[in-house]
Amino acid sequence: MSKGNWLTEFPQMDRSDLLVIRKGLDGAYKEFSRSYGEIIENLFEPLLRFLVWFEKLLVNSPWWLIIAVICSIVYSATRSVKLTVGVLIAFFLIGYFGMWENTMRTLSIIFVCTMISIAMGIPIGIMMSRSNRMQSIITPMLDIMQTMPAFVYLIPVVMLLGIGKVPGVIAVVIYAIPPVIRLTNLGIRLVDKEVLEAATAYGANSTQRLFGVQLPLALPTIMAGINQTIMMALAMVVIASMIGVKGLGQPVLKSITNQYFTLGLFNGLAIVALAIVFDRVSQAYGKRTQKHMERAQ
Amino acid sequence: MIEPLIRIEGLYKVFGVAPKKAMSMVKDGVPKDDILAQTGHTVGLKDINLDIQKGQIYVIMGLSGSGKSTLIRHLNRLIDPTEGKIIVDGEDVMKLGQKDLEQFRRHRMSMVFQRFGLMPHRTVIENVAYGLTVQGMNKKDRLAKAGEWIETVGLRGYENQYPSQLSGGQQQRVGLARALCTDADILLMDEAFSALDPLIRSEMQDQLIELQEKLHKTIVFITHDLDEALRLGDRIAILKDGELVQEGAPADILLHPATDYVEAFVKDVNRARALTVETVMKPPAHRITKGTIAEALQQMKTFSSDYGYYCTDEGYQGFLLQSTLEEAVKLDGSKAIQDDLFEDLPPISPDTVLEEIIPDSMGANYPLPVVDKEGDLQGNLPRSSLAEVLSN
Repeated sequence: MSKGNWLTEFPQMDRSDLLVIRKGLDGAYKEFSRSYGEIIENLFEPLLRFLVWFEKLLVNSPWWLIIAVICSIVYSATRSVKLTVGVLIAFFLIGYFGMWENTMRTLSIIFVCTMISIAMGIPIGIMMSRSNRMQSIITPMLDIMQTMPAFVYLIPVVMLLGIGKVPGVIAVVIYAIPPVIRLTNLGIRLVDKEVLEAATAYGANSTQRLFGVQLPLALPTIMAGINQTIMMALAMVVIASMIGVKGLGQPVLKSITNQYFTLGLFNGLAIVALAIVFDRVSQAYGKRTQKHMERAQ
Repeated sequence: MIEPLIRIEGLYKVFGVAPKKAMSMVKDGVPKDDILAQTGHTVGLKDINLDIQKGQIYVIMGLSGSGKSTLIRHLNRLIDPTEGKIIVDGEDVMKLGQKDLEQFRRHRMSMVFQRFGLMPHRTVIENVAYGLTVQGMNKKDRLAKAGEWIETVGLRGYENQYPSQLSGGQQQRVGLARALCTDADILLMDEAFSALDPLIRSEMQDQLIELQEKLHKTIVFITHDLDEALRLGDRIAILKDGELVQEGAPADILLHPATDYVEAFVKDVNRARALTVETVMKPPAHRITKGTIAEALQQMKTFSSDYGYYCTDEGYQGFLLQSTLEEAVKLDGSKAIQDDLFEDLPPISPDTVLEEIIPDSMGANYPLPVVDKEGDLQGNLPRSSLAEVLSN
């Protein structure tokens, strides 16, 4: 204990004790990553291969084909000509200003991260909605994931897996997955009790209730969660570029360190354009699936 | 007595963290409020015993908080009781495992909900077919069947609409069609018409009665509206604070309320609309059976009254007045009684509601003859007894 008066100075832990804790934890984690790093890396091998393959696919395909595919996806999801033309213009501008390749890289990582987040987040959200105990365990974890500065959990990920695509994806997923989990849980909990009761009364088992009633009725809320997840993944792209994720984040990082204002602005705008496209398309799609709500008060 | 289709025996429901603990207090007859104050447990239902016969419309009535919705949810075990038995067709529902319970719900009982409980993301026809979907029937068959029921409830043309595009009455028709579509023999209706406008409500009641005449389901109907209960029910059970106060035929409850609570309840009922002629008529009297005018006059004099109802083997024929007979006997006493001797007095049927015969009764100076479908004289309805029942 410090010898100062505890009324004027906080009775803090001794420096040497603190050092022991830090060294102990760091040492243990280093030990862990040294002995298991390789195994864990191998576990992520298929993911890495997929990432590389998908990125190459996007980068190497002819630009007009990519634009055609994206526009047809946008149109079939939203049935809106206006939106499709907007997307077309956005991608043309991105290409024209020389950011095509980076945009494709970002697109590929965002796509993969979103898919992982959905694939993991929705089941976790369903579990959470089914038990209050589960909810009380997971909620604080989500709070930590969302508020902990991203740099803090980049450190152990990098220690474990080095820099590259996989740690980038992990960091982005950790940051972006909470909304989809939270809103899946919320959406299912908000499903009209009487409708659910009706399903039960007609002899629906829990699977039939989940897929026939709960998920479809929670879909608008879940879609809002997915939308948020995509937005957060895009926001994380710049930070992830610090650990070697290629894409629009890297030029932004470069322009911060070298004070290239225009470079930063252009790439920043490209990220904004992607965000707007994702947001509008997923929202329009969500709305279109809710056409039965049209006349509901 | 025939074995009831549904029998509820000693049913208790206590809501709370440890309901078993509060049960002893409930059984000792500690009042509900005291139990809540001391243990934090709410008594939902207390010692309910009911027999529901096949083919009946059984109405369970009570105000909000009386436990009626809790009770109906015990029948298909949407709520599990704290204690007690529910026996359907000889089978104890409480002993069913999860899988059997699902089968039981799919095939034996279907339910109509107060706020309809329709699935907003499915079209009308998909909603109606929902029970069959759960059963695993293939799409073509179930849509065909659902289509027939949609037609029966009068919603043809709305098949591909979504529930939110329909009015309340139409939505509840969808709910009804969904319930009928599974061919379950027991129909649970939880305040099914309570959320509807009065006009639509009575329309739906008519439709239910009409359907029931064809289908002969066993219907358990929950309501807080006594008029509705009297209109639909073959039997009525009245719940108060989770306890059964009275159980009986509608006229029974109306004419002989068991407690002050029931009496207060039935006070405001429009009796003229709730009671039928049968419940207030007097047993048959003044029956003239002799064939000739002279004999008939003789017979009438033995009643010490100046009128009589002429009946033959073929049933009720007409109404005779002493004065008419006296006139006729002067001409020819041995003549048989002919139609031209009858007075104009409309016969009424025993299952007509009183309201409909008030004008006839008021216009007649003599008790109206009550004649059943076979044409037999069942009794008569004097103006005085009608007035007595209606004025109470």
